[in-house]
Amino acid sequence: MLVKELIEALNLELIAGEEGTENKITGVYISDLLSWVMAKLQAGNVWITIQTHVNVVAVALLGEASCMIIPEGADIDENTIAKANEEKIPLLRSQLTAYELALKIKEVSKI
Amino acid sequence: MSNIQLCYNIERQDFSKAGEASSNIKKALRQLGINSGTIRRVAVATYEAEMNIIIHSEGGIIGVTVDVDKIRIDAKDTGPGIEDIDMAMKEGYSTATPEIRELGFGAGMGLPNMKRYADEFKIESSVGNPTIITIVIYL
Repeated sequence: MLVKELIEALNLELIAGEEGTENKITGVYISDLLSWVMAKLQAGNVWITIQTHVNVVAVALLGEASCMIIPEGADIDENTIAKANEEKIPLLRSQLTAYELALKIKEVSKI
Repeated sequence: MSNIQLCYNIERQDFSKAGEASSNIKKALRQLGINSGTIRRVAVATYEAEMNIIIHSEGGIIGVTVDVDKIRIDAKDTGPGIEDIDMAMKEGYSTATPEIRELGFGAGMGLPNMKRYADEFKIESSVGNPTIITIVIYL
């Protein structure tokens, strides 16, 4: 499944990084501790985190996440949005919780 | 073939640029055609070294040397040094402030992650002196 298909299926808000929406999704990883994410996130994973400061973009980039989803409609820093656009990493937002998102992604992507 | 060297200055407390050096190193290695598994190991090691310099030190440098059979990462700061290296190497142990932890840093995974992804790992430090980390990853 591609990021753009996930956006449509889950009605996600595309905040930044539209150029990366052709990325393929390989799985889901949920954590807010950046060192854990660096060590455990697999290439192509959807990364769900409530951290919205600019450093998350570097972590997503280095870990080769297919996209980031900010759950529960949390506010996102302006410089995070600018950086995600610059690095072409899709930055998405949902009103759902991380748990609800994971269940829905499983349902629509079969991964 | 002569080796290729990259070097980046890391400013203390400069969170706006955090991860930039590691991202640039990663891009350079990709251009050199290094395999993705190795690039990932280097990316984790350099990211953790970069964050440690930003969070804990007075500033420093990260150097990467690409040779025919290995990649060497040298991270060196200008102090203040680590009091107890054995404790610092323990997963979950961190001296980061609550403010830093709220940002998702300070998990106490930095040094253990570097060691985990390294084939050779060396750390030298003491109070009042620079911390020097040398990581070698075989190709």
